[in-house]
Order: sequence, then C-alpha cells, then structure tokens
Amino acid sequence: MALAKITQIAGRGVYVPGNDIDTDRIIPARFMKCVTFDGLGEFLFYDVRKNADGTDRAHPLNEARFKGATVLLSGANFGCGSSREHAPQAIQKYGFRAVVAENFAEIFFGNCTTLGMPCATASRADIAKIAAAIEKNPQIEVVVDVAQQEIRFGDQSVKAEVRAAARDALVNGRWDAIGELLDGMTAMKAKAQGLPYLAA
Amino acid sequence: MPKSLFEKVWDAHSVRTLANGQTQLLIGTHLIHEVTSPQAFGMVRDLGLKVAMPHRTFATVDHIVPTDQFAEPYRDELAQAMMNELRKNCAEFGITFFDRASGKQGIVHIVGPEQGITQPGTTIACGDSHTSTHGAFGAIAFGIGTTQIRDVLATQSMALGKLKVRRINVTGHLRPGVYAKDVILHLIRILGVNGGTGFAYEYGGDVFDRFTMEERMTVCNMSIEGGARAGYVNPDETTFAYLKGRPYSPQGASWDAAVTRWKSFASDAGCHYDDVVNINAADIAPTVTWGINPGQAISIRESIPDPTKVTAVDEKASIEEALAYMKLTPGAPIKGTKIDVAFLGSCTNGRLSDFQEVARFIKGRKVAAGVKAIAVPGSQIVAIQCEKLGLDKILAEAGFEWRSAGCSMCLAMNPDKLIGDQLCASSSNRNFKGRQGSTTGRTILMSPLMVAAAAVTGSIADAREVFALNN
Repeated sequence: MALAKITQIAGRGVYVPGNDIDTDRIIPARFMKCVTFDGLGEFLFYDVRKNADGTDRAHPLNEARFKGATVLLSGANFGCGSSREHAPQAIQKYGFRAVVAENFAEIFFGNCTTLGMPCATASRADIAKIAAAIEKNPQIEVVVDVAQQEIRFGDQSVKAEVRAAARDALVNGRWDAIGELLDGMTAMKAKAQGLPYLAA
Repeated sequence: MPKSLFEKVWDAHSVRTLANGQTQLLIGTHLIHEVTSPQAFGMVRDLGLKVAMPHRTFATVDHIVPTDQFAEPYRDELAQAMMNELRKNCAEFGITFFDRASGKQGIVHIVGPEQGITQPGTTIACGDSHTSTHGAFGAIAFGIGTTQIRDVLATQSMALGKLKVRRINVTGHLRPGVYAKDVILHLIRILGVNGGTGFAYEYGGDVFDRFTMEERMTVCNMSIEGGARAGYVNPDETTFAYLKGRPYSPQGASWDAAVTRWKSFASDAGCHYDDVVNINAADIAPTVTWGINPGQAISIRESIPDPTKVTAVDEKASIEEALAYMKLTPGAPIKGTKIDVAFLGSCTNGRLSDFQEVARFIKGRKVAAGVKAIAVPGSQIVAIQCEKLGLDKILAEAGFEWRSAGCSMCLAMNPDKLIGDQLCASSSNRNFKGRQGSTTGRTILMSPLMVAAAAVTGSIADAREVFALNN
C-alpha cells in the first residue's frame, strides 16, 4: 500500500471568494443519498453553480477560462459544518488536487489530508495576490509547495503553511493512516484490556 | 500534576505515537448511521479487513427516514437503498442495529445516551459532526469523515492530534425564558464560528452544575458550530443518576466500581487550561440567528445588523451576503419577521424536556394560520415518553403535526423540506444556505419555546411576552 509522496501540487488555479463556506454548500445534503462516492464531482457547489432549472449561474467554476484548474482558493473557515467526507470527495473528484484558504475547519482539514489532498493556509493578502494573478492570466501555473510551505505563481511566491503533522504525512507518503493503525493493533488490544467498558 | 478530563481520557486511550507525530487513539465506542458509513464498509471490504470490535459498534438510521411513513419500501428509492445497505453491513459484520422495528431507533446522538452507551471517561467517534453531543457525559467525542470511519471499523482507533482545552464558565442564573440553546448560541456569537479551532471546550460553572443532562447535551451538541472539535461537561451526580439502570449501563456490583472510575476522570482542581472564558448567565437573552451561519445571531430584542454601519470590509461583505440570502431588512427588528414553517426537533432539541417545555406553554394555544408546524421526536423512545404524557396530543391540538423519529427537517435528507424561500423558525443547529432542503429556504435558529412562540404568532416573537413568562 505504498502511497504517493505529495511534496507539491502544480496546476492552474481558481478563486472562489467567500468566508465560512460550509460543507452543505460544497455538497448539498440531497446528493449524499448514495452508497459510493462516485459521481460526486459534478455536484460540487451545485446550488451556487446552478439555477433551479439546471442552467448555470454566475460562478467561477462555470467559467470556461478556469476549466481544468486543480488548485482551489478561497477565504476563511473553509469547510465548516458537517463532517461529511462527501465534501472533500466532491472537490477531489471534480479534479482539484489542493485547496488554499485563510484557514480551514478542523474535520474538513483532516478529511482532505486523509485523501492526500493538501490544505494550505495563506494570508488574506497573499491569497488576493494569487487570485489577481489568476484573474489576469488563468493559464498561470500555481505551485502549492507542501514541503517548502510556499505558493509560487509566475515569478512571484508567497508563504503558505501546511500544519506539521499533515505536512509530514503528505511529504512522506503516509497520509492514509490505515497501514500504521493496523501495525498498532497489538498495542491497541493491550490498551483496551485496561479499560473495563470495552470488555466483550 | 492536576489534569483536565480531556487529558485523562486522552492518556487512557493513547495507543502510541505515529510517525507524523499524531496519536493512535483508541476509540471505545463507534456509532454509525446510514449516510456516512456505506462507503467505509466498502473500503473495509476492499482491503480484506474485518470490523475490529463489533460489540463496541452501534448503528441506527436517522438522516433519511421518512417521518410520515413506517412501512418499507420508502417512496424514495435512494433512501431505501441506504437503509438496505446499513442493514446488510450490520448483519454481515455482527453489529447491533437499532432499526426502526426495534423501538429504539432515533437520531444517533439521542440513542447513544438513552441506551446508556454514552459513558464518562470514554472515547466516542461517529461520522457526524454533532457527535460532540456525547461530551455532556464527560466523554471525548469526535465527528469524523468516512475514511476515518473505515479506520475505526477496522482498527478501533484513529490518528489524531491532541487538542488544546478551553474552559468556559457560565455563572449566575439564567433569566426566565433563557435556555441551554440560548447559552450555546450566545457562546458561538461571542467566540465565533471558528473560534474553537484546535480546541476542546470544557463547559462548567454553576449554570452547568444545575443543568440537566438534556440541557448539557444541547450545549455540547453545537460545540462544532463554534469550530471546536469536541465539547464536554465533567461527570457528576446528575450524570450518574441519568445513566443508572439504562440498558448498556453497568449493573449491580459493577455499577459502583464504574461510578468510582467515572468520577476519577473529572478535571482536577488547578489543572491547566489553554484558555478560560467567563460568561455571566444574566447577560444571556433569548437568542435567534439572522444570517447564514450560527454565529450570526442576536438577542430577540436587537435589530438586524446594518452593513452600512460596519467598517470592517470582511464583516460588511458577510452581512450583505447573509441579508441578501435571508431577504431581511438591515436595521429592522428581528421580532415580527413573518415565518412559514416551525420545526421542533433535531439532535440539538429533540428530547423529552424540549417537548415538555413547549407543551406546557402551548396548551390551549393555536399555531397561526398559514404556518406549517411539525414536531419530530429525536427517537422512538422520546416519542413514547411524550405520548405517555399526552404531549403529542397537546402539540397536535395546537396545530403541530406529530411525526416519527429522525433528523427530519434539520437537514432535509428525508421528505421534510422547505419549499422555495420559506422561512423556518427552527430548533435545529444549522442555518446554512439551503440547509433545510430548498436552495432558497431560510432558517432562523432558536430554542424550542421560541419556535413555539413563532408558531403561535406567525412571526419571530419573544417567548417571554407570548407566554407571559416572568422576567
């Protein structure tokens, strides 16, 4: 189960402005009536991207010039609300490989990391700089450098932060913890022995 | 060295340190439901793994159940498919399933406590962000994603970084008409929707000492709306009295041993907190939201914020976005805003005491013409408790539809949905855009009695005035 070492993500970017973008907005609850994650990508941001009749509303993801972007940029407290992994799954299945925001809600951050999709934080001013560069030239390559904790675009670069535990996990290819957790099964069982409420 | 409950529970369940510095944390109790678990079972199968501790895994069905139909198949085929999948997974892996036929089904965060599965000094995980509810018992309870559900199914543990602890003291006396719901809405308003990032919230002070378990659950439930990964109250005699005699509570001689052990988990005097917040209970008023996140809240006597009077660019933009969605007038009083729907229920406020309080005051009153009002008990057991006391009849006579147990219109994954831009006075926990099932539907969060006041007057109202509460 060797996992990819994710040191950086390079691709075109798209900026979706707003703070407190919650997981209901990222993937509305009605699209969670499914028993697999397949096909969630097309419902990403559905209710802010589409009108009731299914036609497009004004939204960055509907703009042809941003098609194929792999780096999603947004504001503060991105991914707040429900713990639904359907949200990062929809973002990833839509084609994104990294998310940049001022900060992230905790459960969302963990869910993304476990999928090998880095969440990098940057200052509001720096995100605005990147957004402006993308607006000027949507083809510009945005490099989210997880290892170096910086974001490069054109000839510019800004500081970013990927929290230590997540950075270690991504860069060293251990972002999916299942292997390590399984290795710890004997220790887990020993620990459980000491807890009366876990007796069979 | 004195320790907080969080540290003690963490230490008691720490298996080992992982390579990235996170902890492999033993999860003693795993609660699952139909929406976030099917993919996790699929992953367990794909990896050729088994469920590590089926006897510590408990399932129920809540999000998708229709509240007006018991017989299967459900009219919604997708809902039926999810139901079938959970039933199949529980049977295959030997997991206890509180199915609707068991009479014990309900919202997962109501079922755990009422069965006595939720206990002090334990770790609990569930693929649902409102898992923080269980912290009311002095458990450390985490909402998790589906891949982590896989981890807990397969290894009874998960990888997690240690949280900081913020102690929140609420002292003094709550005024009449002010409820646990107002306490948490007030806290989120003050501390912010992401103020709790990186923290577990420890709630205390004499208000919490006097709170019932149901009130403590209401507060802990919404910890996540303040960005805190977990929230808890130290266990005390109120906790033990609630748990005594419940189906999964220790019985006989082991009861006393359990109580002694549970007491030992309570935070020690003088333990370290990373932050302390003090709130005067008398400062808390009946609180309602006006915007599109739970932190956008005001007291019932305040006016809706006016973005032109705000200088911070960011705040101005969020107020404008919220008011555009909510179709509310800046600067106008929130009181008097016309409502279309009244919803009583959810894991926040769908317990016996919530319906008791509403029934006590709504008896003899009528829901205003044109308002659709539904009351949805949080579990089948809550429903029976209410029905034994005749609360269902009082609510029905007032004009509330009395439904069967589930999450219902809190997130509208079942047929209970707002239509168009209907405005709902709701005892639930989230007022996000589209949350209650219509992409333009509007939600105002409040306590159950405030929902009742809105229902009978047809508009957002002050329950203290409507029901002549002394204050």
